[in-house]
Amino acid sequence: MGSVGAKEVPVLLSPEGLRVDGRRLDELRPLRIQAGPLHQADGSAFVEWGANKVMAAVYGPREVHPRHLQQNNKAVIQCKYNMAAFSVDERKRPGLDRRSQEISKVIAEAFESVVFAEEFPRTSIDIYIEVLQANAGTRCAGLVAASVALADAGIPMVDLLPAVAVGKVAGEIALDLKKEEDNFGEADLPMALVPQSGRLVLLQMEGHMTPEELSKALDLGVVGCKSIYEKMKGALRDRYTVEPSAAAEAA
Amino acid sequence: MSQGHRSGHRRRGRGDSSSHPPGDRILVLPGQELPAAGLRPGRGTYRVGGKVYASILGLLSPKPPFVHVVPLSGRYIPKPEDVVIGTVTDCQGTFWLLDIGAPRWAPLHMTGTPWNVEIGETEKYLRVRDSVVVRVENLDATGRIGVTMIGEGLGKLEGGTIVNVSPARVPRVVGRGGSMIQTITRHTGAQVAVGQNGRVWVNGSPEAIARASDALRLIDEEGQRRGLTERVESFLVASGGSDESGPTLPPRESAHRDAVPGPTAPGGPGDEPGDSDTLGSGAEDY
Amino acid sequence: MTNEVTAEIRTAHILDMAAEGKRLDGRGPDEYRPISIEPGFVATADGSALVRIGETAVVSGIKLEPGKPFPDTPNAGVLTTNAELVPLSSPMFEPGPPQPGAIEVSRVVDRAIRAAEAIDLTRLCVTPGEKSWVCYVDIHVLDHAGNLIDAAMLAGVSALAHATVPAKRFGIAESDYPLDLQHVPTECTFVRLGDTIVVDPTVDEEQAAQGRLTVATDELGRVVAMQKGLVGAFSPDDVRDVVRRALVHGDRMRVLARGGRA
Repeated sequence: MGSVGAKEVPVLLSPEGLRVDGRRLDELRPLRIQAGPLHQADGSAFVEWGANKVMAAVYGPREVHPRHLQQNNKAVIQCKYNMAAFSVDERKRPGLDRRSQEISKVIAEAFESVVFAEEFPRTSIDIYIEVLQANAGTRCAGLVAASVALADAGIPMVDLLPAVAVGKVAGEIALDLKKEEDNFGEADLPMALVPQSGRLVLLQMEGHMTPEELSKALDLGVVGCKSIYEKMKGALRDRYTVEPSAAAEAA
Repeated sequence: MSQGHRSGHRRRGRGDSSSHPPGDRILVLPGQELPAAGLRPGRGTYRVGGKVYASILGLLSPKPPFVHVVPLSGRYIPKPEDVVIGTVTDCQGTFWLLDIGAPRWAPLHMTGTPWNVEIGETEKYLRVRDSVVVRVENLDATGRIGVTMIGEGLGKLEGGTIVNVSPARVPRVVGRGGSMIQTITRHTGAQVAVGQNGRVWVNGSPEAIARASDALRLIDEEGQRRGLTERVESFLVASGGSDESGPTLPPRESAHRDAVPGPTAPGGPGDEPGDSDTLGSGAEDY
Repeated sequence: MTNEVTAEIRTAHILDMAAEGKRLDGRGPDEYRPISIEPGFVATADGSALVRIGETAVVSGIKLEPGKPFPDTPNAGVLTTNAELVPLSSPMFEPGPPQPGAIEVSRVVDRAIRAAEAIDLTRLCVTPGEKSWVCYVDIHVLDHAGNLIDAAMLAGVSALAHATVPAKRFGIAESDYPLDLQHVPTECTFVRLGDTIVVDPTVDEEQAAQGRLTVATDELGRVVAMQKGLVGAFSPDDVRDVVRRALVHGDRMRVLARGGRA
């Protein structure tokens, strides 16, 4: 949001109702998900979403370090969201910043809401998200990548967690904002959905929306999440689908 | 990132699981509702409002009265009676901590060994980075994994090396009734012991170890393709070596007489026929 | 987790094999794993490359920003190299401030770029003593399967080879122009396994190693940087042998870094 600076506000919505990149209001950017690209992690996923490139890895459940974080009755879920220095236009200084810490916290809490952590007391499930190329919506891309990585790591959970941001551009509610829309739009509403229950486990908002617009945005986000959910499942099936009749042959 | 797959699960084309004929393995994903009419939620599942869902990625496994999901990935989840291979990560006064590839390290108490260990002298018997064959005895609600080294085929490993495969791949490494291990030992002359946790001990001549290790990696990477046994066999034939050397080589001289597990295959670690309801049942699920 | 341990028998087996000139993955002592380079992997960077050596994967991104030259080099731009060994890439790495291992990778790569004069820093000067370009070489490890130094160097130099100076964006010139790579340094890392010295070590081999030696060379056949690491020792003859081998491997990698085929 904000930071309009001296730059000119681009035309965010054409008279035909098309956005800066030609999308309709309810259209997602191209999304490609690869499950399991990394070799050291217990689970991993790479997400290319519009001009975002995000890698996620999961380690665990494993022994907790530092040990004082250990919980007697469940696994502690730790998340580190980090942006590579070269992932944004103006080089980001490496290291922890307040934005990354906040995003890490809300993502960890979203996963705590769906992971059956009580199956692994006194252990840690560590989620690492590295943003390599950013173009608005990195926390949602990170969540999607991390969720596929968790499934790839065999972690038990209620469901996969599709996520998307809905925003408001040129007065209209629009799905999956890209950078110009995020910079010059009027609102941004990232969310993550548990498809199994229909509930939201990550929800943030910044900008201006009327209650009616918000209601519409929530509906649009849920529809978007369902479409993303299918891509997440497709990525996992691509990696794990068994050759037909392999079982019969072995038996 | 277009290349690079962790060993174990190569892409085998897209498949719509629902179109598979009955009897085929059906892949399910977390949150997927399972066909569970009349069945109770088993491992890898959960129930909400009368419906049963998968909680993990895996293969659907209805075993009335339960429906289970058998994992295809993830860390080794211990169960009692599993024989596993571990590495010592820490020596304490009365116990060692073992990395068995499980979520937690497993304490091996000094009384769980065939030795008369004095308090404070654990390091005289096992040191950090030593490898051992132990059996899982019990699991408690805190996730503590109790293991013992008392029993046939259990003890410290000397010589050879350890090859890691995915724990989900263990049944295929063992093969039906130990057939896959027999194939490997017959063609390479190596001695092979498979831990239920996916750690495989291989011993023999350097050549035998190299060829057996390659065969294990092949199974780990291509374990879900059809014709695996034939391909492992032709791989071993192509890589040379004798069929005559027989399944066993004398194990290397060992510090502890009882320490070297026998050549695996039926009855050894990794093959537990009868427990058809577990991942270790092995071949049944495949 | 820092307490990742490798089984002693595994290490012993690696040493046994090395004594016969063999390696776990079937390579010879002087053989690299397959190398691939994907230039331009990161669109937000002014130059970038994703480099794989076997299962090791490293991405590097170049950023150029206007800044101030150092007082002692008023006619030169500024070069900064930073490697992030993020915990995503290995169970051995921990979150938090850079560990000594990450700092070592950064500094060894930085030394080779600087000593080989890979980029002509005087061309990055805009106004002597007042304004110059600051060139950041950021290296992000994604998958640590051994030999990070060579992968980091190759990623860094490939990214530099394809980098553009964003002069137009910052209003310094009419148009952007390529960052000229005048020399191409590469690093070749070896470890001692008993009496055998092998190139391009895996993690297992690094843990079994009795010493590590990295040699950076350039296309003129110069040795531009070296680093001995890990516990262990090398004889002067070992060093001479390693340098000879590093030059051969380096020439092959330089072709890849420039975008050609080896």
